[in-house]
Amino acid sequence: MKTIDLASSNRSFIQQVEEESGQDVSRCYQCGNCTAGCPMNFAYDLPVNRIMRLIQLGQKDTVLASKSLAYCATCETCTARCPNDIDVATVMDVCRHMARREGKLAVWPVRAFVGSFLKTVETFGRSYEAGTMGMFMAATGRLISDVDLAPAMLSRRKLPFMPHSIKARDEVSAIFKRFREGVHEQK
Amino acid sequence: MRIGVFICHCGTNIGATVDSAGVAELAKNLPEVVFATDSMYTCSEPGQDGIIRGIQEHALDGVVVAACSPRMHEPTFRRAVERAGINRYMFEMANIREHVSWIGKDKEANTNKAFELVRIAVEKLRRDRPLTPKYFPSTKRVLVIGGGVAGIQAALDCADAGIEVVMIEREPSIGGKMAKLDKTFPTVDCSSCILGPKMVDVAQHPKITLHACSELESVSGFVGNFEVVIRKKATCVDNTKCTGCGLCTEKCPSKKSFDRFNEGVGATTAINIPFPQAIPKKAVIDKSFCRQFVKGKCGVCAKVCPTGAIDYEQQDELVTVQVGAMVAATGYDLVDWKVYSEYGAGRYPDVVTSLQYERMMSASGPFGGHIKRLSDGKEPKNVVFIQCVGSRDVSIGRPYCSGFCCMYTAKQAILTKDHIPDSQSYVFYMDIRSPGKGYDEFTRRAQEEYGTQYIRGRVSLIYPKGDRYVVRGVDTLAGAQVEVEADLVVLAVGVEAAANSPQLAEKLRISYDKFGFFMESHVKLKPIETNTAGVFLAGCSQGPKDIPSSVAMGSAAAAKAIGLLSKDMLESDPQIAQVNINRCVGCAKCINVCPYKAIREIDFRGQPKAEVIEAVCQGCGLCNATCPQGAIQLSHFTDNQILAEVEALCRC
Amino acid sequence: MSRNEPFGYYPGCSGQGTSAEYDSSTRAVCAELGIVLQDLDDWSCCGSTPAHTVDHCLSTALSARNLVQAGKQGLLDVTTPCPSCLKNLRVALRNMSDEHIGPRAAKLLGGETLKEGHTIKSVMEVIHDQVSAEEIAAKSMRPLTGLKVAPYYGCLMSRPQELMQLGDPENPMVMEELLTAAGAEVLPFPLKVECCGASMGIPLNEAVTRLSGKIVDLAASLGADVIAVACPLCQMNLDLRQGQINRANKTHFKMPVMYYTQLLGLAFALPHNELGLDKLVVDPQPVLNKLADQRRGAAKVEQTEGAA
Repeated sequence: MKTIDLASSNRSFIQQVEEESGQDVSRCYQCGNCTAGCPMNFAYDLPVNRIMRLIQLGQKDTVLASKSLAYCATCETCTARCPNDIDVATVMDVCRHMARREGKLAVWPVRAFVGSFLKTVETFGRSYEAGTMGMFMAATGRLISDVDLAPAMLSRRKLPFMPHSIKARDEVSAIFKRFREGVHEQK
Repeated sequence: MRIGVFICHCGTNIGATVDSAGVAELAKNLPEVVFATDSMYTCSEPGQDGIIRGIQEHALDGVVVAACSPRMHEPTFRRAVERAGINRYMFEMANIREHVSWIGKDKEANTNKAFELVRIAVEKLRRDRPLTPKYFPSTKRVLVIGGGVAGIQAALDCADAGIEVVMIEREPSIGGKMAKLDKTFPTVDCSSCILGPKMVDVAQHPKITLHACSELESVSGFVGNFEVVIRKKATCVDNTKCTGCGLCTEKCPSKKSFDRFNEGVGATTAINIPFPQAIPKKAVIDKSFCRQFVKGKCGVCAKVCPTGAIDYEQQDELVTVQVGAMVAATGYDLVDWKVYSEYGAGRYPDVVTSLQYERMMSASGPFGGHIKRLSDGKEPKNVVFIQCVGSRDVSIGRPYCSGFCCMYTAKQAILTKDHIPDSQSYVFYMDIRSPGKGYDEFTRRAQEEYGTQYIRGRVSLIYPKGDRYVVRGVDTLAGAQVEVEADLVVLAVGVEAAANSPQLAEKLRISYDKFGFFMESHVKLKPIETNTAGVFLAGCSQGPKDIPSSVAMGSAAAAKAIGLLSKDMLESDPQIAQVNINRCVGCAKCINVCPYKAIREIDFRGQPKAEVIEAVCQGCGLCNATCPQGAIQLSHFTDNQILAEVEALCRC
Repeated sequence: MSRNEPFGYYPGCSGQGTSAEYDSSTRAVCAELGIVLQDLDDWSCCGSTPAHTVDHCLSTALSARNLVQAGKQGLLDVTTPCPSCLKNLRVALRNMSDEHIGPRAAKLLGGETLKEGHTIKSVMEVIHDQVSAEEIAAKSMRPLTGLKVAPYYGCLMSRPQELMQLGDPENPMVMEELLTAAGAEVLPFPLKVECCGASMGIPLNEAVTRLSGKIVDLAASLGADVIAVACPLCQMNLDLRQGQINRANKTHFKMPVMYYTQLLGLAFALPHNELGLDKLVVDPQPVLNKLADQRRGAAKVEQTEGAA
């Protein structure tokens, strides 16, 4: 395992996490309760309590490269049971935003799913399961994902082939367009 | 007047941010100041000698010391000036440490402010008059509130020193939490075997009067002469007749009453003697379960009692006692752990508190020393202990460490293995806190000799599955989630101040912290005293502590009470209110505001006038501020003195 | 508010597809109880989990657009059956008045703002607030007597407490109260707020087979006849993916997973097609059979008592 140079602590990273999340990460005393209750821990490369510790140590690169950020299901069990009232789920959310902004978010399938989902929303105004699946499969090459579910869904007419688009599609796509243009970041 | 001014450096405490020598130089120009100097540690022996030399060499008749808080060293300096022949009230102190050097870094501003405070002190001193304390007799009797091990120790030490003790205890028996414990760490001594003899000593000591089922109703008076009213709650049993034979408890038909002594493990009868070694060994009726009260008819105990001790009509009784000192030893309660819904909030019968587990293990407990589950009576094999339940938890407002849970959990793990050799214990902990003698070795033994698995991390969820409980936690050292199926889960529930501690503190006029624990007078140097003279603290009423610390504090409180009452006469503080009878118009406003009932109305040549009862006045000054005529003045803090101080400040 | 005033109804995208039966049973039950639902005009996706994992402003703007729509229709009180939509709408409402996020999200919305005084509730809360247990019991022509129900809320409905306000976040009881009023025997279900795997079903199928597997396993071991749910994603994971769960864990569960609204609808004797029972993947027939058996048994007892 690599040695952490304690002097390499990235203080502006700690500050940014604290500002964006509104949380004081120094309050974490490493009881591990967030990890204890985390349903997605099995898929994590770093348990959430270690993410918290690495944030305290200012280890930006390690945190933002963690697969755990992508796998977090945002169920908020960690937040609900934290004895120090830290909103751990929001800290994870904020780190995930940073990783995404810096193009570091690990775990391509999760990224692909999120992208596919939002693309359908942008296009039709509403999410569209078949479209999401199609784009996801095309993007990841996972052509057999969930094909076992298709008969059950089709026979119960749960997977409409046509999207339910709304009339004011342009309103929704405009939101995405402004977001990509960074309108919300402008002074 | 010839005034001397002494400016302290307090090492670098003051010296680093205040120019003490410069302040002394400036002070030389103040009115009536004939001598001013600075010294490194004014409170030290050379420092005090310097004051005495100054008084003698410059024929001073008043002294100002600018140093730390008067709470710290005013008595020290008063004694010093007295040794040099000056009245101790011809002395004033300016606090240039807590009020100046510790709160600002700007040396120039600090030096100016320090000088202003010295100027104020000089102006007050110029208007001081010599005062002489009076002496009054004290009552050589101590009230001990709470009959746990701390209170028991305080009571026995006082009584052995020949001082009468009145002990009051809220529960039907003394013994407190220690009486409920099976064994004690780190020696695994039988708890009731070592406590029992002390409890008997309390019962048999000719100097100790015990009131069980009793609480403090009210307190009046002051150090040396408190008058306390005790409420003896109706137990429906006449203690002068009850012999503790237990016949009533055998025949009582209400057999499912909540067993307070056994923490609800098992059940007891509505009329019961809490446990075999109870002191006093008298039956009490729990009205919330007694059929006579719940259904309006029964009367079985009254019929079988051979001495006719049962009295359903018994009322609470108020007893008034005079005491010279009081010891508050009210102990602790467990945090309400049922706020932890993720641990079942009481829905799961085999998730128990550590105190319940003590009763489950105890040979004198409801299971006769054979550990079995409350749900099905089976012997548990996998036992999980969870520490810090209700301790170090900001989210439920309990951020502090309860201090002794780490140790009793290790003890319970060891005892579990002793009771059930093929059992396996798991302890979830955050840190092992074992700073007593032989304590850390004890926690190592639990792991090395008894094979207890210590898992570093909290538990997130307990849920029943089949007839076991899935415990889902984390081992942060292994960096992994862990799960274990438990037959029994023991929660090391944290400590909080005993119920109604703030209300008791207000009756005693002592301070309490935001958690309800009583506040000591000084966190380091006066851990037994409170801010009310004559009221001392012992045991967990002040904060969580283990048995030896509680016993030591009980002895310390006794030593303080004995020391106080060893003097035949106590000195009164002469800084009290005085009435100028010519100005008093007899409006009685001062009588109404006095919190100590220290002012009474007298008839002076046919006119109503106020008169201060000197022994009762505490010098709070409320009357002084209230009097519309300026007729009542607090000695040493007269209106003239305060106004002179304000004027000095305004001139700065 | 009175029951006759309409609630702005936000069905959520899944109500058009994977959870069509939730939408239809919700509408049927509300109609039966006199709760008026008025659909929001041309509503759009709230952004669901993907949006807020990308950016809080984006998520807020996508959700808030629907509140803008509601305001234009004069509907201040908005309700939705889907917990994910509920949470997003509530967060959006909170964020729009947040001094940092609010103005930035408004920029994404092209300057649209919200009307004052919006409330957002789940349909479950609306029913619980507006209809007494006695009324539910009285409406229950075919009470769910003898039906053992494992109530499962999932992770979204009760957390975080200050936002979701559903009582004890570890042990909410609203669904229990509704179903008990309808006659069901609701089991204490200790995993009721644990995560089912959420939207990981597609990118990381193991999340669902593990987590939902535990939920189905515990419900079965408690002797439940059916798991009652209130979340489309939970329902899909537990029901549609139960085959995947069984294959991954080598189990053979056939645990029906029904929306609480479907169960209430059964109690109210509403037509099965309105309740969308045909949309369920795990066959709910055992549930229907048990209820029918109970009714026959009860009728027999009545007859015998009548004869005696």
